Amino acid sequence: MNIHEYQAKEILNGFGIPIPRSRVAMTADQVERAAKEMGGHCVIKAQIYAGGRGKAGGVKVVHHPEQANDVAKELFGKKLVTIQTGPAGLKVRRILIEEAVEIAREFYVSITLDRETSRYCLIASAEGGVEIEEVARKSPEKIHMLTIDPFTGLRPFQARKIALALGLTGVVCEDCVDLLLNLYKCCLEKDCFLVEINPLVVTKAGWLLAMDAKMSFDDNAVYRHREYPDMVDYSQLDPLEITAGKYDLAYIKLTGSIGCMVNGAGLAMATLDVLKEFGGEPANFLDVGGGATREKVAEAFKIILEDSDVKAVFVNIFGGIMRCDVIAQGIIEAASEIKCTLPIVVRMDGSHVEEGKKLLQESGLNVQIGETLGDGAGKIVKMLGQGGI
Amino acid sequence: MSILIDNSSKIVVQGITGRSGLFHTQQCRAYGTNIVAGVTPGKGGIHIDGIPVFNTVEEAVRYTKANVSMIFVPPPAAADAILEACAAGLDLAVCITEGIPIRDMVMARAMQAESRTRLVGPNCPGVITPGQCKLGIMPGYIHKPGKVGVVSRSGTLTYEAVKQLTDMGLGQSTCVGIGGDPIIGMKFIDVLELFNNDPQTEAVFMIGEIGGGAEEAAAHWIRENMKKPVAAFIAGVTAPPGKRMGHAGAIITGGKGKAEDKIRTLQECGVVVSTSPTRMGDAMLEALNAAGKSIPTTLEKSASK
Repeated sequence: MNIHEYQAKEILNGFGIPIPRSRVAMTADQVERAAKEMGGHCVIKAQIYAGGRGKAGGVKVVHHPEQANDVAKELFGKKLVTIQTGPAGLKVRRILIEEAVEIAREFYVSITLDRETSRYCLIASAEGGVEIEEVARKSPEKIHMLTIDPFTGLRPFQARKIALALGLTGVVCEDCVDLLLNLYKCCLEKDCFLVEINPLVVTKAGWLLAMDAKMSFDDNAVYRHREYPDMVDYSQLDPLEITAGKYDLAYIKLTGSIGCMVNGAGLAMATLDVLKEFGGEPANFLDVGGGATREKVAEAFKIILEDSDVKAVFVNIFGGIMRCDVIAQGIIEAASEIKCTLPIVVRMDGSHVEEGKKLLQESGLNVQIGETLGDGAGKIVKMLGQGGI
Repeated sequence: MSILIDNSSKIVVQGITGRSGLFHTQQCRAYGTNIVAGVTPGKGGIHIDGIPVFNTVEEAVRYTKANVSMIFVPPPAAADAILEACAAGLDLAVCITEGIPIRDMVMARAMQAESRTRLVGPNCPGVITPGQCKLGIMPGYIHKPGKVGVVSRSGTLTYEAVKQLTDMGLGQSTCVGIGGDPIIGMKFIDVLELFNNDPQTEAVFMIGEIGGGAEEAAAHWIRENMKKPVAAFIAGVTAPPGKRMGHAGAIITGGKGKAEDKIRTLQECGVVVSTSPTRMGDAMLEALNAAGKSIPTTLEKSASK
């Protein structure tokens, strides 16, 4: 689960991490007033669920409140296309207005899960303000990593080592030690998958400030934090992904025309791969869960068909222990309820598979049976071709 | 022989009184798995389907000599259940539960690593030694005793692979679903090492997916150590970057974890990689042929007993 920069900064600030003076605004007038408060000279930052905003024109320095108003008018409602958003871009609905700061040095710090060691890992770099992946490629020697022992936690001497490695000395170095300890505390208490400050700056006046921050929460731990659901900005999410989330289905919109419903994430990925292999383009990734139920199958089917790009549906269920006739009933119910006339190919395996196939064939739907994964994928691509797409 | 479990394994089910815990206990039992005990805190003393239920794993071990646990405990308490299995000194804990918070797993994994207990999962279909012991939620009927070891990060995709193997006459020694989470117990290499040392296993099929670097690490390990032919399939060649594809661990970040890179590394290390999920069985055959091995069919022919 992702949140906006301004929300991440508020949370960090709650853990004693210094952030610039700022305001969040939803209208250009609010932006202007906030800019006036900051003395006119400030930074306007579009709030979207993606990085790379600077290069896409989503971050601008202004020198006058009226200029802030003009910039805000231009940004609000605009779809920002960055390297992380995909071609459709994300709409700007909120703007962060921040005091302009005179920066002496920029750094990068983050804590995230390291899969190799199964532990949290602190990453720091003396090169801030650029993507860490880029630094890792060009100058890996500038990156300092520390695996955190879950039993001892991050210790001050370890944080100091990192701060010194960044070239910090004196009071700022000790400030950085505190900041890193607080960052780890925040990571644990807020169940973060990633917490990143980039850049972390030292101002010309000698203060540490988190100029930009990114935070994503562990989806599995959202149940422990009652405030999280209210923090989601639904305008930044695909409406079908929101609906899917309500039914606990993993759905991702893609660019093709074949709607896909599969049980299990690995098989779902493999199904997309096989469709492409046969020359088809999947419209979505949808995992109904390893043990799909009739209700889930029905809901998933409706979600797929709500996408107007979908011209055909491929269902691939390796039921195993689940009964295929029950799955078939779910499909038939959903398809009849929404009067689906699109071609459907169903490939099922599991118990009662023959009964399931019979139910589908007698349902009156425009449905064909795929005997194997390859057979099913071939059939749906062919049916779509015959449909004149 | 097989790895991890066989017909002498004595199973305790943690979370046996839950809906899916009980359902899958019954399914495993019907397959022939020797389930000797269940654990649900607060329900110690009852019997469920004739299986004695205890309050703690320690008690279950004391009275039934259980040595392997299958965990169906819901996410908020699952990490603790893993630790309880480790504290009781079991040989193996297989955690099926999906959705355990990362913070809990970081701690549980660190403590488990210091115990004698092996961990498979979480968020996995389980482990099966066909014809002997089924420990998990996989459909038993698609498996057949044989000589191919299967190790996978996926669930239903593993069923697809196993079915293809079985349909081609390639039975399995043991199939291990290591789980789709970013933090798991046994990794590819741990399982490959067991297969390498298992006399029954003559070849290995490996199923990976996008995200992380476990497949690459396994590829290098195979090149250095593996004495048996290995074939593989990697899911997610067409996955878009930055999106989490269902599994918590299946995400391409910062250009890392791409399927192409995994496939290339595996091929460079001598693994036959199936380019399509429809030809996983063929890839296994190809690897066996390349190694000059006769095609091991099912065990019925070669089994002495």
